Amino acid sequence: MTWRLPQASTMAGAVDTLFDFVLWTSVASFLIIVLGKLIFLVRFRRKKIPEKESLYLTGHTATELSVAVILLVWVMVIFYWGWADYKKLRSAPAGAMEINVIAKQWLWEIQYPDGRRLTNELVVPKGKPVKLIMTSQDVLHSFFVPDFRVKQDIIPNTYTSLWFEATEAGEHPVYCAEYCGAAHSGMLATVRVLEPAAFEAWQLAGFLGEAGAAEGEAASEPKSLAEKGREIFMAKGCQACHTTDGSKGLGPSQKGIFGATEALEGGGTVTVDENYIRESLMEPAKKVVKGFQPIMPTFKGQLTDEEINALIGFIKSLGGK
Amino acid sequence: MAHAEVSFFEAEKGWKSWLTTLDHKRIGLMYLAAAMLFFLVGGVFALLVRLELMFPGETIMSADTYNKFFTYHGAIMVFMFIIPIIPAALGNFFLPIMIGAKDVAFPRLNLASYYIFITGASFAVWALLARGADTGWTFYTPYSIRSATSVVLITLGVFIMGFSGILTGLNFIVTVHKLRAPGMTFFRLPLFVWAIYATAIIQVLATPVIGITTLLLVMERVIKIGIFDPALGGDPVLFQHFFWFYSHPAVYIMILPGMGIISEVIPVFSRKHIFGYHAIAYSSLAIAFISFIVWGHHMFVSGQSELANFLFSLLTMFVAVPTAIKVFNWTATMYGGSISLKTPMLYAVSFIFMFTIGGLTGLFLAALSVDVHLHDTYFVVAHFHYVMMGGTVMGLLAGFHYWWPKMFARMYPEWAGKIAWALIFIGFNLTFFTQFLMGYLGMPRRYYDYPAEFTNLNIASTVGSWFLFAGFLLMLIYFLKTFFEKRRTDLDNPWGGKTLEWQIASPPTMHNFHETPQITGRPYEYGIVRMKK
Ligand code: HEC
Ligand SMILES: [Cu+2]
Ligand SMILES: [Cu+2]
Repeated sequence: MTWRLPQASTMAGAVDTLFDFVLWTSVASFLIIVLGKLIFLVRFRRKKIPEKESLYLTGHTATELSVAVILLVWVMVIFYWGWADYKKLRSAPAGAMEINVIAKQWLWEIQYPDGRRLTNELVVPKGKPVKLIMTSQDVLHSFFVPDFRVKQDIIPNTYTSLWFEATEAGEHPVYCAEYCGAAHSGMLATVRVLEPAAFEAWQLAGFLGEAGAAEGEAASEPKSLAEKGREIFMAKGCQACHTTDGSKGLGPSQKGIFGATEALEGGGTVTVDENYIRESLMEPAKKVVKGFQPIMPTFKGQLTDEEINALIGFIKSLGGK
Repeated sequence: MAHAEVSFFEAEKGWKSWLTTLDHKRIGLMYLAAAMLFFLVGGVFALLVRLELMFPGETIMSADTYNKFFTYHGAIMVFMFIIPIIPAALGNFFLPIMIGAKDVAFPRLNLASYYIFITGASFAVWALLARGADTGWTFYTPYSIRSATSVVLITLGVFIMGFSGILTGLNFIVTVHKLRAPGMTFFRLPLFVWAIYATAIIQVLATPVIGITTLLLVMERVIKIGIFDPALGGDPVLFQHFFWFYSHPAVYIMILPGMGIISEVIPVFSRKHIFGYHAIAYSSLAIAFISFIVWGHHMFVSGQSELANFLFSLLTMFVAVPTAIKVFNWTATMYGGSISLKTPMLYAVSFIFMFTIGGLTGLFLAALSVDVHLHDTYFVVAHFHYVMMGGTVMGLLAGFHYWWPKMFARMYPEWAGKIAWALIFIGFNLTFFTQFLMGYLGMPRRYYDYPAEFTNLNIASTVGSWFLFAGFLLMLIYFLKTFFEKRRTDLDNPWGGKTLEWQIASPPTMHNFHETPQITGRPYEYGIVRMKK
């Protein structure tokens, strides 16, 4: 088990330094109080000092005042230090790369300036400031990256922002830190920090589309449709609501549904086929499976035809008629 | 002494005499019974929540149930247990006696407050039995507007219970001003009275704001007035301002009375005059005052302006000073004493231990840059449990053991008291210290599920909750057992207390005093003046 978090942004070190300052000065003052108390408990225990022989002492204003003054100085240092670093945390450098984040129950949608969209994954370059401009489609959420020591609430109908500059390539977890309902704790994402060159290649791949990217990977084994579908299923956050093992989640399990006939909320039935799955992704509220809430978000505009095909292939691979 | 006298238990007979009683002691005991029942219920929800969190993924309940249970735990503990328990239960019983009065200023209002409390609590219970509530005790909008649960019922419950608090506060303020015995100047008041007095001021001034806020929330849900709902052009952050404008001062409604008890117990068990009487009394008032201007420290990442954050962080730092003075003075009181570590004193000492941790970790959260990281993580959960449970509840338990012989003329068994204390002390620290670590490492609060790396800490925390449970269970057993024992006649003043409640019979008679007491000094006159060498 680790006791410290990785310091993966330019501000993380500063936040930790203040954290440690408060920590060790607190530990010291705690020890003074507690050791004092323990010494008194032993030295002045009743066995040793008879009841009638305690000291008459009603206070000592000078001591009290000096304690107050020392304390005041201490907390003012903490205050000012915290404020100074906070200013830096809030002021994004000019020229930071701007990325939009849309939070909704219970996933993160990331939109790049070049029109590229990702779900539950934020890809950023190392060593370059990034500014997130965020809003929510429903309730409050909060974008929290512990490794970067940043957090900001996200409010519907309003934009809030935060910035960071990643200093360590690799993957860093993102949590939703403001309670937002049933799948609050499943509202997770990853920040993938790439070396600048790798990031450029990634951007280029997005620009050239699937085909261009595929050329570069010619060496790797081609993946089956179902396998690709599983990856998309995970990447798009379907697993937050749908299991693949038959147990009930927020949405119906995907196991064995293909070809089955299902009862709908408000009467009627439907047989699960390619068209129905496609419709479920585009307009999930249109036909709601009996016993479930109409909470599935639409994936309109976020899935390419290839991806939908892969998803259908994956669902088929989970059994059914 | 006055043992031929009939106590307030026998002065009137039958259960009806309880329901219609105007006696502050009986009303206090009725509050005690109700609030402790809610503590039990809230505690069971806490145990279930901890059990669910023992392992990642589903352990014993679904996400929806979990969200309801942590809401119930928080709402019950805050509104139905910790706010009323010390002022309305122990305060009602002891405040009039400690100032040498026969009753509170408005006995009928006192009884009315009790029934208002019960009515409000019934609404909350009704909500739980209807569709429950899954908003957390903070009812943040717009989630609380959209939630399909019984938010209206539960917030109406909070609204109604608020009146009970306001009226009790009003009653105590007037009582302290008008009914002090001759010679009982303000600076001869026991510090428990000072604490309850400061609390009462906050209750009267702050509680109306939660009333208005809950009412607006109800109107938003029912007739869509568009004040908090962004879909209607409202501002969800405004709700947070309203909510914390009450709920931050409410934190001091919860902790000040606990501090009051500690200020009584430590001198008695140390045989020492309280160190710095004035500083402790004034710091209660100072805390009450500052508590009104720091609410924004709950909202550093809510999107409120940077200037607001600057001010709220600065002002919050000032709270540290009066608080630390108290801790210093309690510790200093023990210096040169003759200390007896009976159960009440054990709890008082643990109060200092845990409350100090609670207070110091508040500094991390008041520092802006550090709070950005720690806000809404388990660090915050640990912090306020160290203050509320490590502070208030320890104070309450000190008070229970201290005053049990006074209220019932029966003594708890000392050895069992110490075992229960040890279980609670170990259990508490195991449960909550681990949560500081989880929080620093990034685990957000109100999480049903969590990444595997947090598992060990969560297991430890859950195991701690079992120790806590065992300790409280043992305490319940021995308190209930002694409750049915024969009354003793040698318990008028078992601890050697100097406050007025120890100068009368246990249990007190209906009117507390035979003759109005004459007060000539402070109730902490212990010790002998030593010659300087
Ligand atoms: C926020 C939770 C949530 C997410 C995320 C989600 N779904 Fe759903 N899904 C539901 C719910 C609830 C239902 C049932 C109600 C309905 O039909 O709208 C459902 C229904 C479906 C159905 C119809 C199932 C049936 O048994 O008839 C399919 C297919 C489906 N989802 C696929 C997906 C895929 C693929 C993804 C990821 C791209 C996804 N869902 C993401 C909640 C979710
Ligand atoms: Cu959330
Ligand atoms: Cu506060």
